Amino acid sequence: MTRSRRLSDLPVGQCATIAALDGEPGIIQRLLEMGLTPGTEVAVVRLAPLGDPMEVTVRGYNLSIRKDDAQHLVLGP
Amino acid sequence: MSATGLKSRTIVLLGNPNTGKTTLFNALTGMRLRTGNYPGVTVEKKVGALLGEADVDVLDLPGTYSLAARSPDEMVAVDVLVGRQEGAPVPDAAVVVVDASNLERNLYLVTQIMETGLPVVLALNMSDLADRRGLGVDHAALQQRLGIPVVPLVARAGTGVDELRAAMVAAIGAPPPKPGWSWPSEIQAAEASLAAVEPDHPKFELRRALFDQAGEAEHRFGNPEALAAAREQAGGTIALQVKESEIRYGFIGEVIAAVVTRPEAPRVTRTERIDAILTHKVWGTGLLVLVGYFVFMSIFEWATPVMDFVEATFAMLGDQVAAVSFLGDGALKSLLVDGVITGVGGVVVFLPQILVLFAFIAILEDCGYMARAAFLMDRLLRWCGLSGRSFIPLLSSFACAVPGIMATRTIESRRDRLVTILVAPLMTCSARIPIYVILTAAFVPATMVLGFVNLQALVFASLYFLGIAVAVLVAWALRRTKFRGAPTPFLMELPPYKMPSPNIVVQRMLRQATHFLSRAGTLILASSLVIWALAYWPRAEFVQPATGTSAASEMTADQLQLQQSFLGRMGRAVEPAFAPMGWDWKVSIAVIASFPAREVVVSTLGVIYGLGEVDEESTALRERIRDVTWDHGPKQGEPVLDLAGALALMVFFALCAQCAATLMTIGKETGSWGWPVFTFVYMTTLAYVGAIVTAVLARAMLA
Repeated sequence: MTRSRRLSDLPVGQCATIAALDGEPGIIQRLLEMGLTPGTEVAVVRLAPLGDPMEVTVRGYNLSIRKDDAQHLVLGP
Repeated sequence: MSATGLKSRTIVLLGNPNTGKTTLFNALTGMRLRTGNYPGVTVEKKVGALLGEADVDVLDLPGTYSLAARSPDEMVAVDVLVGRQEGAPVPDAAVVVVDASNLERNLYLVTQIMETGLPVVLALNMSDLADRRGLGVDHAALQQRLGIPVVPLVARAGTGVDELRAAMVAAIGAPPPKPGWSWPSEIQAAEASLAAVEPDHPKFELRRALFDQAGEAEHRFGNPEALAAAREQAGGTIALQVKESEIRYGFIGEVIAAVVTRPEAPRVTRTERIDAILTHKVWGTGLLVLVGYFVFMSIFEWATPVMDFVEATFAMLGDQVAAVSFLGDGALKSLLVDGVITGVGGVVVFLPQILVLFAFIAILEDCGYMARAAFLMDRLLRWCGLSGRSFIPLLSSFACAVPGIMATRTIESRRDRLVTILVAPLMTCSARIPIYVILTAAFVPATMVLGFVNLQALVFASLYFLGIAVAVLVAWALRRTKFRGAPTPFLMELPPYKMPSPNIVVQRMLRQATHFLSRAGTLILASSLVIWALAYWPRAEFVQPATGTSAASEMTADQLQLQQSFLGRMGRAVEPAFAPMGWDWKVSIAVIASFPAREVVVSTLGVIYGLGEVDEESTALRERIRDVTWDHGPKQGEPVLDLAGALALMVFFALCAQCAATLMTIGKETGSWGWPVFTFVYMTTLAYVGAIVTAVLARAMLA
């Protein structure tokens, strides 16, 4: 079974659309509030020097997000 | 004309972080603010009278992205809005500050506040930044779409602030806004079923209880079964949460499409160009090291001349008072000279470090670099369960834990903040250096190890490393015990860079300085006075010298006094406890007397060895420490301190919490006396065990 593609897997410089979120409600709600809702486009700007966290742009602003948290965001095709 | 109501009116000020809310608050109130704390939480209460409207108060709430409160601290904003917060009046209106260049996400909070039932005014800030990015915001259309007054302004330049003030006064008594979005029937049904169970609960909180699983509103809602059933009925928690964000962002999307015009081709912003360097793997990391070095050196080295000046001034003042003849030579003069003046000096001496550190922090934060520093350091600090936000506070603690702990206010997560506060005193601060200097110089041979490493330097470096290693372990242990719980995501906005505002920087420096003086300062002074009293009484001239000690004739008056004072008796009482390390009661007294501040240990040793005033450079003290022998007991005649005992003493000081200022600051910053007690107990235990282990290991290896 192949695992669905997550924001944490998205390479630097690429953008994708959020399809769904899964995980703990407490984490999901924070991601949603910051604008990471299904149907939203996200792009990865860069990774921190140690490869984590990642900087993404969403809804016109820049956000630092850890890969552990980005894993909860399922990307569309 | 201003309103002439009998009662003062209150308007709350809210907004996302990085929207210029503090600048706007200053512009609205003319920087004359009154601060306090809400009971039981660490949130600071900031109130100021609206300029030109003496009977209208502006209440500033902490910056937040959402009203979904997950901690008592975050719940303060909700409680204030619905008029339930103890110590805050029921508000008459709310002003929400939004960043015009980042309107989409900023409006999320606006939609939540519009549901509280309060009249809402929108302050559209930083329209200059939006212009520069080529974004056009049609504020008239925004006002019409949202159904609330919208005032465009640039708070930094002061433009539009008068208009906002007028709109705020006009909003008092205005009808609540009518939200332009509607909730689907299943959510309405779920809310209705909750309202049937708890009819007295504010409607706004019912909705929050429904959406915020494990949040504060859920804890407040007394009926978990009804809540679970209502969520199930509406499709489950995650479906509800997705629905909330989709409905709000859906409405916001329509508004944005109608009011914001974007440039044809996306521009490369100034922030993107700067970030290409500042968050670069090589250049960014190098620059962070440089910034860290500057911050550290500023408090470690550059604040020193001012601190020396403060110390010299208070010493001179002490000498002047000591020379006043009509005070006599009794308790009053000693209280003034050794108690009050020394104690006040011990408080004031922290001010240079606090002012310098907070100048740096305010500049770094206001220009937007602090978030980048946290971005770069996050992976490293996550290792012990912290986040990148802890970097500057912990770095500062290497100079002094007091400003370091005060700097944890920049950490948003309460859990991370508390863990950072609790481990900050383990960082090797500058007050530990005198005791390290004197003991290494006296006991550690200056030989080379492996041909190039100075053994003394190696001992020094090991003590720094010991502090860091223990801090990592303690942070790790705290995250697995007391601070366990569901992981919280670390999401951090990287705001556009801007020039730091001198007003904000100066205000931040002065606020921290007055905070320190008014809150911790008095307690630090009190603890100095207690130690003074313990060393002053009972008077030697009325007491027979205790048997088993050196003959009184050989001693200086100060030495004799300290020996048989309450402090001296305490030192003797704890001597058996320090026996495993091989310390006698004189060392024990020095350890206890250093409770107000670690560096006091050096001058106490000077007095107790009858050398008068000494500092860590004193060769006489070094020799005396090495040569002093047991004056009683089975080891009589043998040297008290050897290399093992000295190493144990240094490890003890590396790990102990012998710093009243730090403990008082922890108490004030956490709003609870349980945390300083916890810090003292855990650090003293570690220090005690660490010293025994060091002594035993060193003896075994040196034997």
